[in-house]
Amino acid sequence: MSYGKFKALKGIDLKIEKGQVAALMGPNGSGKSTLLKSILGLVIPESGKILISGTDIKDGYLYRNNVGYMPQIANYPENLKVRELFDIVKDIRNGFKKTDEELIEKFKIHEISEKYFGQLSGGYKQRVTASIAFLFDPEILILDEPTASLDPLSTEIIKTKILETKKKDKLIIISSHIISEMDELAGRIIYLLDGSVKLNLPVKDIKNGSGERLGKAITRVLSKSPKI
Amino acid sequence: MDKKIFKYILFDLLRNKFILIYSIILMVMSFSIIYIGHDSSKAVITILNLILFIIPLICLIFGTIHFYNSREFIQFLLTQPVNRKNIFRAEYLALSVSLSLGFLIGVGFPVMLYGLSLSGLYLIVTGISLTFIFTALAFLSSVLNKDKVKGIGLSIIIWLYLTIIFDGLVFLVIYFFNDYPIDRFIIILTSLNPIDLGRILMLLQVDVSALMGFTGATFQKFFGSILGKAVSILFMLLWIILPLFISVRIFKKTNF
Amino acid sequence: MTAKISYIFLFLIFFYDVASGRDIIVCKNCETVSIKDAIRQSIDGDRIIIKKDIYNENNLVIDKQIEIIGEDHPVIDLEYKYQGFLIQKDHVKITGLEIRNISVNYMEDLSAIKIDNSDHCVIENNILKDTFFAIYLAKANFCLIKNNKISGQAKTETSSGNGVHLWKCTNINLEYNEAEGHRDGFYFEFVTKGTMTGNYSHNNLRYGLHFMFSDSNVYRDNLFRENGAGVAVMYSRNIEMTDNKFEDNWGPASYGLLLKDITRSLVKGNLFYKNTTGIYMEGSDQINVENNEFNSNGWATKILGNCMDNKFTQNNYLNNTFDVSSNSSKNANFYSGNYWDKYDGYDLDKNGTGDVPYRPVSLYSMIVDKVPESIILLRSFIVELIDVTEKAMPVIIPETLIDESPEMNKIKFN
Repeated sequence: MSYGKFKALKGIDLKIEKGQVAALMGPNGSGKSTLLKSILGLVIPESGKILISGTDIKDGYLYRNNVGYMPQIANYPENLKVRELFDIVKDIRNGFKKTDEELIEKFKIHEISEKYFGQLSGGYKQRVTASIAFLFDPEILILDEPTASLDPLSTEIIKTKILETKKKDKLIIISSHIISEMDELAGRIIYLLDGSVKLNLPVKDIKNGSGERLGKAITRVLSKSPKI
Repeated sequence: MDKKIFKYILFDLLRNKFILIYSIILMVMSFSIIYIGHDSSKAVITILNLILFIIPLICLIFGTIHFYNSREFIQFLLTQPVNRKNIFRAEYLALSVSLSLGFLIGVGFPVMLYGLSLSGLYLIVTGISLTFIFTALAFLSSVLNKDKVKGIGLSIIIWLYLTIIFDGLVFLVIYFFNDYPIDRFIIILTSLNPIDLGRILMLLQVDVSALMGFTGATFQKFFGSILGKAVSILFMLLWIILPLFISVRIFKKTNF
Repeated sequence: MTAKISYIFLFLIFFYDVASGRDIIVCKNCETVSIKDAIRQSIDGDRIIIKKDIYNENNLVIDKQIEIIGEDHPVIDLEYKYQGFLIQKDHVKITGLEIRNISVNYMEDLSAIKIDNSDHCVIENNILKDTFFAIYLAKANFCLIKNNKISGQAKTETSSGNGVHLWKCTNINLEYNEAEGHRDGFYFEFVTKGTMTGNYSHNNLRYGLHFMFSDSNVYRDNLFRENGAGVAVMYSRNIEMTDNKFEDNWGPASYGLLLKDITRSLVKGNLFYKNTTGIYMEGSDQINVENNEFNSNGWATKILGNCMDNKFTQNNYLNNTFDVSSNSSKNANFYSGNYWDKYDGYDLDKNGTGDVPYRPVSLYSMIVDKVPESIILLRSFIVELIDVTEKAMPVIIPETLIDESPEMNKIKFN
């Protein structure tokens, strides 16, 4: 598929099961974000199919009821109140069952709920974004560099939340540069390079019982593959 | 579903300082024109000249900037279970409605306060139509260009074209081909420009004596007739619908 | 001596009055049942009184000095056969009649009442309906035409006549008549020293009033509305046109007032409202146009290049699309002290007149004159641009067509 004028992804064939944390890794421009955005329907593939629970995402938008997303940087209308953003997402899912407000509480969102987004720092915005991503207890969570602009405390909260969510038999896809974090969280590594999958293995297979740090193990495995 | 998104985008826009400044400036201008001008029909004409110039400019520039500034929010909304088309519609309606409100407060209110004449009513309807049309064009220009600078550039070109260049070309056509029977051609030609359409509908209110002076009074006969008015309104609507239709088609396929 | 003559004179008048005291009554049950009969019976100084009824008569020739009086407007129906009254004697008076159904004739100017070569006649309070010509005066002098209501049903210019038609007359007074549905409401040809006051001329096919070769006439306080081409005054001198209203004359060749080859005349205190052109002036000179109001016209005044020494002073120009238009880049007329609502100059010394001169001709108005289709661009940005540029650096618009002391406020007339 192409994104803008160049092809961002080509010949991707991936199948990711639920009940795990999959880490999407690779250098800048390798197509991580594009892949995530394709799953969300933000980027529309020229060819190929993306199936979620056996349904093509082209067939509708309702599948996004079950997808939570946290972009790298989120920006909201300056003159919108935080509370109103929550109202929007709730209104969109008219009559949605119960919500998971754990992050709202932990991030103390209620303290800023009457503030306008124009008054908030990047970190606060990211916390709001995270709270919304987990709010509807989605089956799939897509997190694009979730900790990039968060403070250490918030990062811990998110990490804990991710691991808890995994236990609930959900799928979490994280794209990240921070290998140590992935070492903590991920059960599977998907490594992208120039828009193709170079590696797609469970962490335990990569480490192969060697006890190495994840970064080293990945480098070792990648070096065995013919093109690198 | 788009109603809910619409509501909140509208909230955001109504709190926007720019809209407030826009209506205040319009109001100051309208009141000063009305009170300096002594005569209501002359005031309506001066206000008309003003809005034919300002509304397209503001709607195009502000509309384009707003669209680019909303890109990330649109992206956020796109990850929600909402139809793409609905998001676009909500954005468009919210912006058109808020700019129209700004216009109504800034121009409609002073005109009504001074005593609403038929020409005043036409003025208000023309202003609102132009707002909807040029917001649609702003969005078209935005979805055509990923780059903000290019988008604003295109908007300015659209404005220049429809405000000045188009009429200049019409003028040249009239000047060089006036030996031929070109009345009908000119009617069709001017119908292709929403600013001209709005202007001519107003002329029928305030300058009908002069329009009658033209041999056969063709323009007055056409635009003054029920058919002519219907055609004008149809073309105005087309100027809203067509850009929106194209924009939605592009928007549906745009990668964010 | 003079006293003696006076007594004789008084006696003569008294005697005359008594001698003319005879009344002839006409009605269906009277001794005299027809008007024609009554006229035949009458002698100079008699009065014929016609009772209310319908009389199917025509071609009533009056060659005696008599007075014909209708009571409650008796109807004389000409049944489209011929014309009504033909007056061939001085001092004839016709009042209170209703005359209707005059036949259209291409050979003869048939009319309801015709005065031929007679003076001091009075035509008053008559209703003339469905006429070809209604009142026709040829070589008549010192006549009074007053309070008549005239309506025709003119369809085409060639098959219709005029409401009041004056040919080779002097000292005629036209007062408070109403004329509609004719070719011209009022028509003057070779008429001098006529006065026309308080008349209402409307919905006539061609002109509400038409002057040809008629010098030294006055018309004032008349109202002219919705006539085909307005009012035309042509080839005449010393015309005084004051306090008239010219309204709603719409069309490509339609004017409030058309002045063609007119000299030494006065146009004062008139209102020109909603005409395509307020005043159209061609080949005219030495006309004073003052204290008029031009309101909501397409062109307040169109002055052709062959007009000179006309003075436009103390007029109000309001809501006109164009104030002054000319087909020439030369100007030989004088504009001063008018109020132009388009004037946007200032008055620093607060003397009531603007400190910068005003140029009432716009380049665009000259373009429209040459290329009428360009009217469609009226009030567009490009036109404003053209006008602003030309006003800043005049190249084409007449240099001298300028009001050096424009009024800052609308002029109040007494």
